Amino acid sequence: MPEKFDAIVVGAGPAGITAAYCLARDGLKVVMIERGEQPGTKNTMGGVLYRQMLDEVIPGFWKEAPLERHVIDQQWWLLSEDSAVKFGHRNSEHDKEPYNAFTVLRAKFDRWYAQQAVKQGALLITETVVTRLLRDSAGRVIGVETDRPDGELLADVVIVCEGANTLVLEASGIKPKPRADAMAVAVKEVISLPREVIENRFQIQGDQGAVIELFGDPTLGMVGNAFIYTNKDSLSVGLGAMISEFQRRRVHPHQLLERFKQHPVVAPLVAGGEIKEYMAHMIPEGGYEAMPPLYGDGFLVCGDAAGMVIAVHREGSNLAITSGRLAAETVVEAAEAGDFSARKLSAYREKLEQSFVLKDLRQYRHLTPMMERSPQFLGVYPGLLNRALQEFLTVDGVPKRQKEKQILRRILKERPVTALLGDAYRMWRALG
Amino acid sequence: MKSVTVELPNVDVQRKLFTTRFKADKTSHLSIRDVDVCRECKDKPCLWFCPAEVYKWEDERITIAFEGCLECGTCRIGCPFDNIDWRYPRGGFGVQYKFG
Repeated sequence: MPEKFDAIVVGAGPAGITAAYCLARDGLKVVMIERGEQPGTKNTMGGVLYRQMLDEVIPGFWKEAPLERHVIDQQWWLLSEDSAVKFGHRNSEHDKEPYNAFTVLRAKFDRWYAQQAVKQGALLITETVVTRLLRDSAGRVIGVETDRPDGELLADVVIVCEGANTLVLEASGIKPKPRADAMAVAVKEVISLPREVIENRFQIQGDQGAVIELFGDPTLGMVGNAFIYTNKDSLSVGLGAMISEFQRRRVHPHQLLERFKQHPVVAPLVAGGEIKEYMAHMIPEGGYEAMPPLYGDGFLVCGDAAGMVIAVHREGSNLAITSGRLAAETVVEAAEAGDFSARKLSAYREKLEQSFVLKDLRQYRHLTPMMERSPQFLGVYPGLLNRALQEFLTVDGVPKRQKEKQILRRILKERPVTALLGDAYRMWRALG
Repeated sequence: MKSVTVELPNVDVQRKLFTTRFKADKTSHLSIRDVDVCRECKDKPCLWFCPAEVYKWEDERITIAFEGCLECGTCRIGCPFDNIDWRYPRGGFGVQYKFG
């Protein structure tokens, strides 16, 4: 007879660890199953972790968690082949406790976070792959099957936090395989540099951090972007785009990353650095429309597995944490009532509806499809903007009125007035 | 398939993968379902979108260097014919990120 738990959590990432932490804290018998050697060894992201959502789970976590830097400087750069138009925001409020966001390296962070769940009483099983959900004759989920011999575990409820690769949900008939236009692939390098070099190049000091998102040329206009984040003594430098975009181009993601690092505005930032690690991961960017069912008889779905990513705001781990917390809250209520039916567990969706998670996902529901239909946003505008500023800022004796006319003519040549108006309307609609 | 007109640098992905820690299993967690389908596949996008260049076209068939697989899952989603049988490596095997 397999061992029976109150709850099984599939996957030790931000969603799963949060769920396990909250359930164990509230006295439930919970097991978290992770396929890696340790929590974190399979996990990666660009690297920005927002404070608020984790603070609601472990108040003041930043005082002890292995974080890299707190973000005080955020920039967005639009790149042409050889130039950049830069926007940015630096804020001294973000330099004070409790802080707004941190850069993190997930192998270190997830390991620490999982340890906190274990301290609360959660059981952690590593090096074990969950292959599918087990159901009873009525179709209710009653446990999981793993790749271990006699590897079945039973529970009142299973919280699926398996991440972007939704193999368990698919094998269990809960969702179909995602489409290539709903998934992005990103590659990243951790590049080591001396602390003081990083602090000089990014104008930060102490534990202050800077992050840059870059659009346009880095992805050759494909829907996606590049990023540069500062860690303590390394940079996280990466780039991603929709898989459907890569299907159409004869280009390797790592080739684009190499090209990006050679871009004249990027090269000085990474110069002299040594690659410490190369990695890749998928991001579910299909948004609200691509989300699977979030609950059913005996199961709940959180985080990336549920498609909870808001690509335009670089948010994902924070949605994962909040969804894990709300799933645990729902399971605690279900345990009190002794009822794990879909009807009872539907409270999870209601909680998500009342939180920023589904509100934000719904607001941006049209953005990814719109961007995929409108290659001009990342393919044409960054270049146009760069050329316009170059022309305007080059002092060469040409009268300003004449320059303005030239700039306008060039813009209208590439995007006629009707197209410009259409684009403005599309973007306004998609941003809700 | 659109060809890219910009110049792209040559990249030796093996040098990148050399920085990543792997604990390779003896057998592959990836396999091709039907080799004839790959032969018919004109674009073979897997040769391009895989961030570890796991897939190569050699002697009229796809070879799989599963030892360097980063387990991102892109090939499973991106194969236009759903012709890749994709599983995770056995528990504890595969990529082992130090930083992540």
